[in-house]
Amino acid sequence: MPKVLIIGSGGAGLVSALSAFEAGAEVVVASKSLPTRSQTSMAQGGMNAVLGEDDSVEKHIEDTLRSSAGLGEESRIAFMCDNAADAVRWCNAIGLPFSRDESGEIARRRLGGASAARACYAQDYTGLKLLHTLYDQCLKAGITFKNERFLLNLIVDPESNRVLGATFLHIETGEVEEIRADAVILATGGYGNIYGKHSTNSVQATGDGLAAAVRAGAKLADMEFIQFHPTALKRSSILISESARGAGGYLLNAQNERFTDELAPRDVVARAIHDELAASGAVYLDIRHLGESFVDHELPQERKLAQIYEGIDPVHELIPIKPAAHYSMGGIEVNESCMSCVQGLFAVGECANHKTHGANRLGGNSLLELVVYGRECGKNASEYGTRHPAPDLENTQFAKDQNFVRGVMYFTNQIDFYQKQEMLANIFYNNVGLVRDDMGLKAVLGAIRQMQKELPFMGPRDKSKVCNTNLVEFIEFGNKVELAEIIVVSAISRVESRGAHYRIDAPARNDQMFGAHTITWKEDGVLCADFMQ
Amino acid sequence: MTISIQRSHNGALQSYNVELENVTLLSVLNHIKTKIDPTLTYAHSCRSGVCGSCAVRVNGREVLMCEYKPKSGDCVEPIRNARVVRDLVVDSGHVERFNRTGSAWSEGSREESVKAEEMERIETQSDCILCASCYSACPVYAVNPDFIGPFALTRVWRYVNDPREQDASAKMAAVQTNGIWDCMLCGECVPVCPQGIAPKQDITMLRTKASVMGYQDPNAATAFGGGLDFGSPVF
Repeated sequence: MPKVLIIGSGGAGLVSALSAFEAGAEVVVASKSLPTRSQTSMAQGGMNAVLGEDDSVEKHIEDTLRSSAGLGEESRIAFMCDNAADAVRWCNAIGLPFSRDESGEIARRRLGGASAARACYAQDYTGLKLLHTLYDQCLKAGITFKNERFLLNLIVDPESNRVLGATFLHIETGEVEEIRADAVILATGGYGNIYGKHSTNSVQATGDGLAAAVRAGAKLADMEFIQFHPTALKRSSILISESARGAGGYLLNAQNERFTDELAPRDVVARAIHDELAASGAVYLDIRHLGESFVDHELPQERKLAQIYEGIDPVHELIPIKPAAHYSMGGIEVNESCMSCVQGLFAVGECANHKTHGANRLGGNSLLELVVYGRECGKNASEYGTRHPAPDLENTQFAKDQNFVRGVMYFTNQIDFYQKQEMLANIFYNNVGLVRDDMGLKAVLGAIRQMQKELPFMGPRDKSKVCNTNLVEFIEFGNKVELAEIIVVSAISRVESRGAHYRIDAPARNDQMFGAHTITWKEDGVLCADFMQ
Repeated sequence: MTISIQRSHNGALQSYNVELENVTLLSVLNHIKTKIDPTLTYAHSCRSGVCGSCAVRVNGREVLMCEYKPKSGDCVEPIRNARVVRDLVVDSGHVERFNRTGSAWSEGSREESVKAEEMERIETQSDCILCASCYSACPVYAVNPDFIGPFALTRVWRYVNDPREQDASAKMAAVQTNGIWDCMLCGECVPVCPQGIAPKQDITMLRTKASVMGYQDPNAATAFGGGLDFGSPVF
């Protein structure tokens, strides 16, 4: 029986766990928190699928392809869209409580950039209910969970370029652990937390899996593409779902006038808001005309959160908003089997780049992607492990990481990393955000290189061994700095505008020079970047 | 404002003075951790009330730190009935343990169409975020640490009452021991739920369902010492 190690326990991790288990593998899911605390719980809008006569798979493919702005791969998008109805049926069969329409069928709503209402949803809790349904099924299957395991590094045999397992910090005990497996799946989520308080993401979205993958020799693709959600609460960056606009919400400027098509794709709406914020100083989402009973029924979370964080009631008042970093389109480069260029190392979900979202993701396609490709990935990893059992090889990674965890306690703390983390978030939002230019990007790159040099002067101030979250946050910061450099180098290299990547100094799309993926990797610790088909 | 937090290294309350107003308790703790005391340890993730990480007790009552706005003098402690790992972080093993014991999952859901109103009857229960506030508030754990408890029993009812569910019998069998009959129906779990779920009510529904299926309250059978049953097996 092959052993499959899955790192990360959000939607993508749990779907692939169930799929690998069904394919006959012994499955271990290791994750830095309890599975139901993952980022997936925050997904609200829905899961796209063509279920009725009023829509077609061709239109779904066309919408996705158009939004991807030349960086989506048609065959993989078609695979996702062709399997969408089946994915929704599967979710229903395991108990996901989809909302229903008047005829009793799974209800669908229209999200931005879609030519039809095709996002299947469960109130504004689609991600939460999907994640919990999956967790329940994993318990039913008897899958082994190792929670509170923070990924340090992948174990790779340098001779054969083959993954052998991974090392973890067991947060509770402070010990470094090694888990060996025949195949490893990274399902560790995105890197939106680099933007800190300017991101809708959970504080856990620190890109740990991507950073470990690039250290292990994997390639990353299109890292400069980060989606900004148009409507986050102004002070806290907490998401107000796109369904608020889908249902007829307006965007208003400081003069209370509408200024854009609220249902254009996210990059277009987000930039319009960005420009309007610069021009008139404030932008509001107005859902007052939708009525109290509609808001309470369809957007209960939003009402509660606006009251707590902005002190306003959206039923009677305007909601102050701003765009915030929301989804990482970039990720670990994988082939159609979801495997990276490291043998036996798979990746799925937001941490992977399946070439389905390209330069701009459509709302409702990420939950779909994690179900369709999660099922593929689990099965493929199990098959790979059966065909190529991992050899029992000596490896120095475990010893190195033990030394690191011991040594990091002696870092001198002359520089406070929390301050640097906040600064990184601010300069990223302002210069690597919705609108970029060469000068701003290069200034950020300089600041990142400086931070890399300063890391040994930072470190955890808490010296405790047990449950040291200060240490965990420091390692997360290190991962963010590692990825930040890659994102900025990618953004500097792409001297054009496309999807979520908008360069004010090169506002046109240039297919001849940049109609390709930005591929980044490390050779002997040196960052390399190139454009490849 | 001054708030005090239960620390685990010395078992004492530690006071912190912060210059913040009208923010959530989570924002206050983030401020303390990043600016004052990096050793303060707590769990958090989504900061928007859906991940269930940040339940604590404030002045003896369970709240989510990301939804509660503190006032000067508040006293923050970890949730009860769970082993404290450090400060406000507790071992969350109870989530997996009790959901497994209660078989809180779908055995398979039918595909046919379902009326919107019928799906809505499990809407509230499936809003659960597993924050374990109800578990912390439950007094039964003081006498029975194996009690399946409020969040897991609500989850069982969520699946039993799902109009699509094909087979609920195994779940009903799983909650007979240390389950629905061990609840005291005190209702402590109801007001503390951040999602407005009423586990007590769900447990009552499970009891009714169990009775219809022929299960008996074991406490009722022994209520009269079992001596004179007047020929009734139910007594």
